Amino acid sequence: MNSTTDPGITVAYLVSAVLFILALRGLSHPETARRGNLLGIAGMAIAILATLDHPGMLLGGAAVIILGIVIGGAVGAIVARRVNMTALPQLVAAFHSLVGLAAVFVAASALNAPQSFGIGTPGHLRLESLIEMSVGLAIGSITFTGAVIAFAKLQALMSGSPIIFRGQHKLNLGIGILILALVVMFVISGGSQTLFWVIAALSLAIGVLLIIPIGGADMPVVISMLNSYSGWAAAGIGFTIGNVALIVTGALVGSSGAILSYIMCKGMNRSIINVLLGGFGTDSGAAALVGASGDKSVKSGSAEDAAFIMSNASKVIVVPGYGMAVAQAQHAVREMAELLKEEGVEVKYAIHPVAGRMPGHMNVLLAEAQVPYDEVFELETINNEFSTTDVVYVIGANDVTNPAAKTNPASPIYGMPILEVDKAKTVLFVKRSMASGYAGVDNELFFRDNTMMLFGDAKKMTEEIVQALNK
Amino acid sequence: MTPAELAGQAASLAHKAAALAQNAAGFAAEQAVVHTNHPPLIYLFAIFVMAVFVGYYVIWSVTPALHSPLLAVTNAISSVIIVGAMLATGLPGDLTAHTFGFIAVTLAGVNIIGGFLVTQRMLGMFKKKAK
Repeated sequence: MNSTTDPGITVAYLVSAVLFILALRGLSHPETARRGNLLGIAGMAIAILATLDHPGMLLGGAAVIILGIVIGGAVGAIVARRVNMTALPQLVAAFHSLVGLAAVFVAASALNAPQSFGIGTPGHLRLESLIEMSVGLAIGSITFTGAVIAFAKLQALMSGSPIIFRGQHKLNLGIGILILALVVMFVISGGSQTLFWVIAALSLAIGVLLIIPIGGADMPVVISMLNSYSGWAAAGIGFTIGNVALIVTGALVGSSGAILSYIMCKGMNRSIINVLLGGFGTDSGAAALVGASGDKSVKSGSAEDAAFIMSNASKVIVVPGYGMAVAQAQHAVREMAELLKEEGVEVKYAIHPVAGRMPGHMNVLLAEAQVPYDEVFELETINNEFSTTDVVYVIGANDVTNPAAKTNPASPIYGMPILEVDKAKTVLFVKRSMASGYAGVDNELFFRDNTMMLFGDAKKMTEEIVQALNK
Repeated sequence: MTPAELAGQAASLAHKAAALAQNAAGFAAEQAVVHTNHPPLIYLFAIFVMAVFVGYYVIWSVTPALHSPLLAVTNAISSVIIVGAMLATGLPGDLTAHTFGFIAVTLAGVNIIGGFLVTQRMLGMFKKKAK
């Protein structure tokens, strides 16, 4: 009855797993990425068809399965087509929650019909299957509620600021230990329904508690982490039901999310523990206005000034941040760059690893605005070019350009890798106000002689510059 | 406690232990019959460890510019959990198992189609400089 008894199905699952690896391999370059995605789709199709062809599959069951795929697929297709590219982070969070929830339901159904997977009879499951099932259940539940909270924060359904209360970490630790104890009891019980759902409930609670203290701008780490969790949950279920495709995919996704989390943490020079404990940043920079800067003078300019300076430059680097995404200014930025290029100015884009609300967020937004990907550069590649750059146009970014990260050991962002825009001849800062950035620290760049502040909405300001350039 | 009492207790304990052992043996035999179809854990674990290593090297080769599509596509492929949901739905079992299976199939279905489509949409936007 089990899938693994039929070598044909096992081979099909193995082929799927290989195709998934190739799909990820394709992402090493934009040229090969699309073909990679098609290989991934092929892998999924093979896995689904092979399972439908399972010798024990009931005809009615197959019909119900196809119904489920059609309903789910229709919803997925509508959402994927309609979603705005700025809203990608919350979409990814929502999708992660579904993987977590699916893992919970597969675990629940394996508990009710273990004979389908060859792991025992109801109430008498194999010991190792119960352990594997608990892992899938607990991580799946955490992924579900964690992703729901991340979604709510990104969609601004709840405040992005950290929610912290006394004894929070002790509470989490206590619940964690309780879950472990319950898992042991669950395994000894041979698969108690009650214990199963108590473990699920506590894990769902932990998912909420883990994500609420993490601030909005740490979302790139949260999304990567949830990505990783969803992988480990899938792997746990893969072990439970003895499915190779699921185990391999779970391992791939698990390591992918873990590596992305690592890259994001490194981009902020913070440890994953520091991010997880949360409480960093306030999300609304305006609230954290630093009084000490009040007496220093800043130079501010108009769109016309900016247009004049940039059109007379030979090289301009654009540094976009989350503010550009919020203002939906990417199209205006591309238009500005086109006009500058017509005047013979060299234009490049510099992306900080943690800019935006998810890894690679800025790259997608710029691609959406039809900025060619070979004009967009990562921090390590472009950082030594700032000293030979005439003008840097910083739009919606702040902390990632702050020289205090290199010079002031007392600063909370000290040690964070920054884009060294201070080395350029002139820095143009598009900002709505003098408010400090997410980290709540003052940016000394604002007060330098070669800095010009452009106060206003990122999109409006850029459009005005476009108008001035057109004159 | 007299030696006789001790001996008596020991005897009863031994008797219980024997009964337990017999039960355990019976249980193990029952388990063995039921579970012959499930691949051995060590075999699955070996595959898992290898896949973690493959994942490690493959993911580090992904260009940072495509980290968003990476998140979307890993999300789509992790929905291969649908194979578990399909077996839970389509093989003989009780109504509860079938219902949970169906819910999981639908959820994974959203993710599979949505995940691959949104990845394709994103990747379609990455264009080279027009020369």
